[in-house]
Amino acid sequence: MSRAASRIATTFARLASENRKALIPFVTAGDPSPAITVPLMHAMVDAGVDIIELGVPFSDPMADGPVIQRSSERALKFGVGLNDVLAYVGEFRKKNQTTPVVLMGYANPIERMGMKLFAERASASGVDGVLVVDYPPEESLALRETMDAAGIDVIYLLSPTSSSERIKLVSAAARGYIYYVSLKGVSGAANIDASDVELMIAKIKAQTNLPVGVGFGIRDGETARKIARFADAVVIGSRLIQEMEASTADNAVECVRVLLSDIRAKMDL
Amino acid sequence: MQTQAEHYDFPDAKGHFGPYGGVFVAETLQAALLALNHEYEKAKADPAFVAEIQRELKHYVGRPSPIYHARRLSEELGGAQIYLKREDLNHTGAHKVNNTVGQAMLARRMGKRRVIAETGAGQHGVATATVAARYGMECVVYMGSEDIRRQAQNVYRMKLLGATVVPVESGSRTLKDALNEAMRDWVTNVENTFYIIGTVAGPHPYPMMVRDFNSVVGKECLTQMPEMIGRQPDAVLACVGGGSNAMGIFYDYIPHANVRLIGVEAGGEGVATGRHAASLTAGSPGILHGNRTYLIQDANGQIIDTHSVSAGLDYPGVGPEHAWLKDTRRAEYVAINDDEALDAFHRLCRTEGIIPALESSHAVAQAMKMAPAMRKDTVLLVNLSGRGDKEMATVAERSQAVMGTPQ
Repeated sequence: MSRAASRIATTFARLASENRKALIPFVTAGDPSPAITVPLMHAMVDAGVDIIELGVPFSDPMADGPVIQRSSERALKFGVGLNDVLAYVGEFRKKNQTTPVVLMGYANPIERMGMKLFAERASASGVDGVLVVDYPPEESLALRETMDAAGIDVIYLLSPTSSSERIKLVSAAARGYIYYVSLKGVSGAANIDASDVELMIAKIKAQTNLPVGVGFGIRDGETARKIARFADAVVIGSRLIQEMEASTADNAVECVRVLLSDIRAKMDL
Repeated sequence: MQTQAEHYDFPDAKGHFGPYGGVFVAETLQAALLALNHEYEKAKADPAFVAEIQRELKHYVGRPSPIYHARRLSEELGGAQIYLKREDLNHTGAHKVNNTVGQAMLARRMGKRRVIAETGAGQHGVATATVAARYGMECVVYMGSEDIRRQAQNVYRMKLLGATVVPVESGSRTLKDALNEAMRDWVTNVENTFYIIGTVAGPHPYPMMVRDFNSVVGKECLTQMPEMIGRQPDAVLACVGGGSNAMGIFYDYIPHANVRLIGVEAGGEGVATGRHAASLTAGSPGILHGNRTYLIQDANGQIIDTHSVSAGLDYPGVGPEHAWLKDTRRAEYVAINDDEALDAFHRLCRTEGIIPALESSHAVAQAMKMAPAMRKDTVLLVNLSGRGDKEMATVAERSQAVMGTPQ
């Protein structure tokens, strides 16, 4: 790896020096409407987030719970596809050159565009990482090679059922950070047990020097704070989408900003 | 014969059929799939397990199923002789039970007391509910709310058998969404739950396992055809949705290079109209439901709603082994439209006294299309994968007939 330090590595290095943990929001691009996505990304940065995970809508989000499914369906009603998502990132980059953006989604839209074209366009748009739920390390060597060449981190998942062997495999393949799915189930499921998560994070950290983020089941500042004691990053997704569902079109962005500011404050206490 | 079979050795250890198949699932399911694969490999090599399945297939399912020479139909068409492999005579009325018996046995072996399944037309749901009742397991079946509306009778059958039917309201509310939802259940309840997938799709080892459990169909044909006509057929035809009945009858014929294998997809209102479910005929490769295969998708890689008069063929993907057989040209794939399938349905009712499932009617229709131009000593073997009792409402509606009135 001779390439320049990525925005993701730079971000984690800065946080470590400040003795703080990363706050990573997940929102689906184009939800609740395409016009909201770029302003929402800027507002989340204002609220103090460190990395943005931007969901690429997919018709069959097999690993997601009902909240993220709904958000994907809303975006698809506007016809939002991978090209649009890349355009949003390009637009965001006009004003923000520091906050890393990670695209999160499923393999088929990338397969459809073609790996090389995707890498070129993502790199040109200012994408820093990709997390493709249904590309496990064994099936994504081509993705890794192509993304590595384009200077984009491929982020992988680990879960409570991951064996030591798989932790090793994922650690060897992963770039940027590792995303630990904190519970058995789909995104947005019940609250998590912090002590179970802590044990597993220790096991993962024994295998890798990469930062480890925790997501699925974190719904408030209190839980975020508990998790941030031993994890390097906290990911919040379904809760943000629910917040927007409960708000009006006019104040959706503001509601998310307020919620994230509160979580940020609790994490930094 | 066996030496030829050695040339075809798919999938590989990771579940690949050339570029197709594989394990394209989230990390949360990897451990469960590895455990399943491990247990299946052990079970397959265990003579006691194999013998138990054979006993169940004989005494509970009623195997072997006969092959029947559709003499009147063949005479009317004036060409090739059409033979029917009578999977419609199985317990529960279709080939689906060959697979659910096998997977339920495996679930029992793994100590799982709860089984889940996805279903479209309801046939696989019924076959799963049936074996769950037989082996005393809890059973939950996911079914799109749109399909529940279309297949009320099968919903009631599943309930009679003690299963819980969960309506799925996401996406297009059909089979693909039911599969998504069953996967989500499995991820959440993986310790005590066995997911019985109903077709040769999904992540490895499912395409291989479901093929193996259904391959009893082709194995029987290999011995039955020489007994009946002194040789193997010239072509084997089967309908393809996900493709389990087709893989079941094709598999043992793959090494028999002079037997044509013809998969018949659902052409719906015509492939050109875009309202169809012909993934191999009109789709392109992509990743869905844990494997790489041909899909019906748009320019953004989103899965498109499919259409077929037959709910069991209404699926936007297809088993990865069919994708491989297509690319390597070992099998041919064609599409039959709704109208042609309905014609074949009526024709078989009237000439042979056999009411076929609309799925199977697609394969019969293709045989009817090919037969007239063929020599009289040509033999077409059609997998009659299911019976048509479930089709009464659909066919009556399409024929603008009123049930309960003669004519």
